[in-house]
Amino acid sequence: MSQPLPKIFGTTPFDGEQAQKGYALNKMCFSFNAAENRNAFKADEEAYMRQYGLNDAQAAAIRARNVLQLIAAGGNAYYLAKFAGIFGLDMQDIGAQQTGMTKDEFKAKLVAAGQ
Amino acid sequence: MAKLIGGLGTSHIPAIGGAIHRGAQQEPYWKPFFDGFAPIHDWLGEKKPDVVVMFYNDHGLNFFLDKMPTFAVGAAPEYHNADEGWGIPTMPPFKGELDLSWQIINTLVEKEFDIVTCQEMLVDHACTLPLKLFWPEGDCPVTVVPVCINTVQFPLPKPGRVYALGKAVGEAIKAWDSTKTVAVMASGGLSHQLDGERAGFINKAFDLQFLDSLESNPEWATQFSVHELVEKTGTQGVELLMWLAMRGALATGGGPKVRRVSGNYHIPISNTATAVLALETL
Repeated sequence: MSQPLPKIFGTTPFDGEQAQKGYALNKMCFSFNAAENRNAFKADEEAYMRQYGLNDAQAAAIRARNVLQLIAAGGNAYYLAKFAGIFGLDMQDIGAQQTGMTKDEFKAKLVAAGQ
Repeated sequence: MAKLIGGLGTSHIPAIGGAIHRGAQQEPYWKPFFDGFAPIHDWLGEKKPDVVVMFYNDHGLNFFLDKMPTFAVGAAPEYHNADEGWGIPTMPPFKGELDLSWQIINTLVEKEFDIVTCQEMLVDHACTLPLKLFWPEGDCPVTVVPVCINTVQFPLPKPGRVYALGKAVGEAIKAWDSTKTVAVMASGGLSHQLDGERAGFINKAFDLQFLDSLESNPEWATQFSVHELVEKTGTQGVELLMWLAMRGALATGGGPKVRRVSGNYHIPISNTATAVLALETL
């Protein structure tokens, strides 16, 4: 077997383990490509989550709209972006939430990276 | 035989689609990004490619985790865009180039790249936005062969393997029995990370070195593992694999050399360090 790769701070590579753990959650988020599914979720979140068989941790993370918890539960950034879109959140909202910054602080951090 | 005129690269952030839709190109936030395209528009107007082979990564529109190909080649008469979950207006369908699709498919399998072929394939913002950025006026004047490279689920293909794939695609284009003119295109990156406590990570020094390497030392980035690229460029920064494939296509047979037509690098658009580049084969 290969050695485990060195940990990168604040980063969860979406590998086979994550992909297995997060399958139901990601499948639900993938369904949000269709407006009718986004509307069905908004109409009854609990029923929609049951339909996709989310586990307790995944359902709790969805209820909390908490991106770090969603990643811990196996969520993949590309699919989670579709969940975030339902609430009109952009990537700076998501970035601020995950880094514990205000949105303005997060945007300033991005600008500073270019200096 | 077909003529491979060069390679193009650009970032593909969904918000760019919103900016185009609103006509926000000259707003202070967007201007430094969109202005990078003007010199390349002039060059494309002169060269007038007929076909684009597009290296891009799907973001969960066409492919889900139920079936996740490492490399997938489009072989459709046309490619449709669709809602990706944000309600951004979709682009009209793009015309395919079936003869070149199969030329590439046959060549790749002959060279032992066991790719997936797609006679139906939805294309997301990563495929549609670059075409709109390089040809902003009117209908898209080029036909397209999309080549999708997995950046969703690890393990991702190694950088050296992606470069070799690009090289094989370049050889397929040059051996295509056609009078058409072809450009290769990379869609993605550069450094950015959307997820985790490291969200917002950008690495300007690495990006600039990578862009330089594309001109003069194209295999430079193949020294890194995917894990090292994630560390240096962020979880979505690995989309620079598309740029490696594009550059590989221009490296057919040890040459030809390339000339940098124009390029631009700007931080930030959304959470991303953006780049635009055109390389002409010499």
